[in-house]
Amino acid sequence: MADDQLVTGNINKKHNPKLAMILSIIFAGLGQLYNKRYLKGFIFIILEIAFIITLIDFIGLGLWGIITLGTIPVTDHSIFLLVYGLISIIIILFAVLFYFLNVHDARKQAKQIKAGWKAPSLFDSVKEGYDKSFVYLLTTPGLILLVFTVVLPLLFAVSLAFTNYDLYNSPPRNLLDWVGFENFKSLLTVPLWRNTFFSVFSWTIVWTLVATSFQIALGLFLAVLANDSRVKFKKFFRTILILPWAVPGFVSILIFAAMFNDDFGTINRDIIIPLFGGSGINWLSDPFYTRIALIFIQTWLGYPFIFALFSGVLQSISKDWYEAAEVDGATRWQKFKNITLPHVLFATAPLLIIQYTTNFNNFNVIYLFNEGGPAVKGQNAGGTDILISWVYKLTFETNNFSMAAAISLIIGILISLFAIFQFRKTSSFKEEGQI
Amino acid sequence: MNRKLKNTIEMIGVYSVFGFMSIMILYPLLWALGMSLNEGTSLYSSSIIPENWSLVHYQWLFTDPNSNYVNWYKNSMIVSGSNAILSVIMTSLVAYAFSRYKFVGRKAGLYTFLILQMFPAMMAMVALYILLNLIGLLDTLSGLILIYVGGQIPFNAWLVKGYLDTIPRELDESARIDGAGHLTVFVKIILPLAKPILAVVALFNFMTPLFDFLLPSIILHSQKNYTIALGLFNFINDQFSNNFTRFAAGAMLIAIPVSIIYLFLQKYLISGLTSGGTKG
Repeated sequence: MADDQLVTGNINKKHNPKLAMILSIIFAGLGQLYNKRYLKGFIFIILEIAFIITLIDFIGLGLWGIITLGTIPVTDHSIFLLVYGLISIIIILFAVLFYFLNVHDARKQAKQIKAGWKAPSLFDSVKEGYDKSFVYLLTTPGLILLVFTVVLPLLFAVSLAFTNYDLYNSPPRNLLDWVGFENFKSLLTVPLWRNTFFSVFSWTIVWTLVATSFQIALGLFLAVLANDSRVKFKKFFRTILILPWAVPGFVSILIFAAMFNDDFGTINRDIIIPLFGGSGINWLSDPFYTRIALIFIQTWLGYPFIFALFSGVLQSISKDWYEAAEVDGATRWQKFKNITLPHVLFATAPLLIIQYTTNFNNFNVIYLFNEGGPAVKGQNAGGTDILISWVYKLTFETNNFSMAAAISLIIGILISLFAIFQFRKTSSFKEEGQI
Repeated sequence: MNRKLKNTIEMIGVYSVFGFMSIMILYPLLWALGMSLNEGTSLYSSSIIPENWSLVHYQWLFTDPNSNYVNWYKNSMIVSGSNAILSVIMTSLVAYAFSRYKFVGRKAGLYTFLILQMFPAMMAMVALYILLNLIGLLDTLSGLILIYVGGQIPFNAWLVKGYLDTIPRELDESARIDGAGHLTVFVKIILPLAKPILAVVALFNFMTPLFDFLLPSIILHSQKNYTIALGLFNFINDQFSNNFTRFAAGAMLIAIPVSIIYLFLQKYLISGLTSGGTKG
């Protein structure tokens, strides 16, 4: 642009950027017409007219809906109104963004014209438009899909957390109301909810820490053993050790569920009773033993990934490190602690963190093994339910939608805080786009 | 001598660890395989080494008029295949934009992707059910595919973007100087170099729906539309002890091919994950 100014040098003092800006605020595209960018101006005008004609009624309904959640029971369906309202808000946000870009564009161009810049030919400006909008062509399909399959549903769930939607108060028979933080308050004050919440929450934390740490420790231990140069048939052992990762998880979990069955499971029938006598262990009806079994199963399922990951890293550590350490007379433990461990952990830290967050929300193991059971007195979640499986039960078994949404919002916030703290330092944010 | 003895003892230790692990790993799998070959349907009368070898459960899956197994298999292949292809296209476009272009909302978009991953997918289920109902895609495979493709964007866009960032920009710049357009650079330069990570994305997105039980259980209602995970779960969910052998047979037919593929590809999976994952 700077070059253009020098070449033409034809300063157009009468052209007024403020006027262009005001015109564009009055109606998108007018400022562009004033700047004599006719094609762009007309496209903007048509877009705004189309927007007003097609969407204004819908947006009116949506905004009214999300504020009131309906006024006449049966006729007004609060849930649909809520969804319309959220869609309206998303559309408005995009319209505001577009409008802002339109005003910004009119002002910028008017300034350039005032400084003597001449509009390029139609062909050039179309090409320039294509260059500038190509990135939006790339991202728009993904963005739209993301908005409707992820963003909108999440916003909906967040909204539900602040309503009173449950089995007894459900549309269309009843209208929903906004209740503010009532659900969160009951979670902490109503004894049944409070007891359940704290016992489920503490088990979730124990589960996450213990199961994941076992996974990582076993994976690391086996990777170090398998990496020993003296071991023969390495490939054979590696393949077996990785097998649990290759078998579909839901198949293994369901197999374990049958094996641990109190009455006819092979663990009681073929191992515990013959070895120790008695009538076997109540794997599925005593919460303590169910928890032990779950941690065992998750370790079984999860260590091979860590094992494979660490094996790769171990092979990449240069031998020089160990040779230098041997010259200094380091013991094996010192070599492990000061060379192996830092290398392995440094290279895989983000993936290890993801292991913890995955287990925090590991619905499959908990639910497929024993559906979160066995039932426990004095709380409305099973003895091995973690937060996420409790949410599932509240949603799909007892239809307590608001409470489920409130709890999942708490889960989301906890994990976000943890992850943002961890990921802040990663490089992807720093690498700026170049074009 | 002393040293040699120590060496031998250590190796015995190492091999006994491996032996113990092998038993722990193989026992459940062989047990299930044995179950699937038993004649009866009850777990009481079945054992890991069947008294009467029989393929009767496998036969039932394919020939019995009450069995939807072939349908489930087909549905799973449709869902997984479409998800893999569409996800690769969608994700590579988005990741390319985030890796190479400057645009309004780039940084906000990256943060949004990260935050969206934190919220449990379960949270979105109620709304997805309502939305699909609104547009009439409930109980259809296309509805399911749509959700999978949309839901994978945040995670995989990061993964692929991380990988694309490692491809030197000089390559696309010199192509641009030679007159290549945006699309040409993307198709001729970036895509071929990004093949390894795109293969990982394709495999992930093929496997996820194959093993997923939660989302199909909410969206699909009629037996003939079930995917394989959902169908198998329902086998044993209703009458656990009565159908386990049948479940085992059905599970073997999906677990064996999938395991073989995984064992062959695990190296690429790991390298793809570390290259994208550790660089963030």
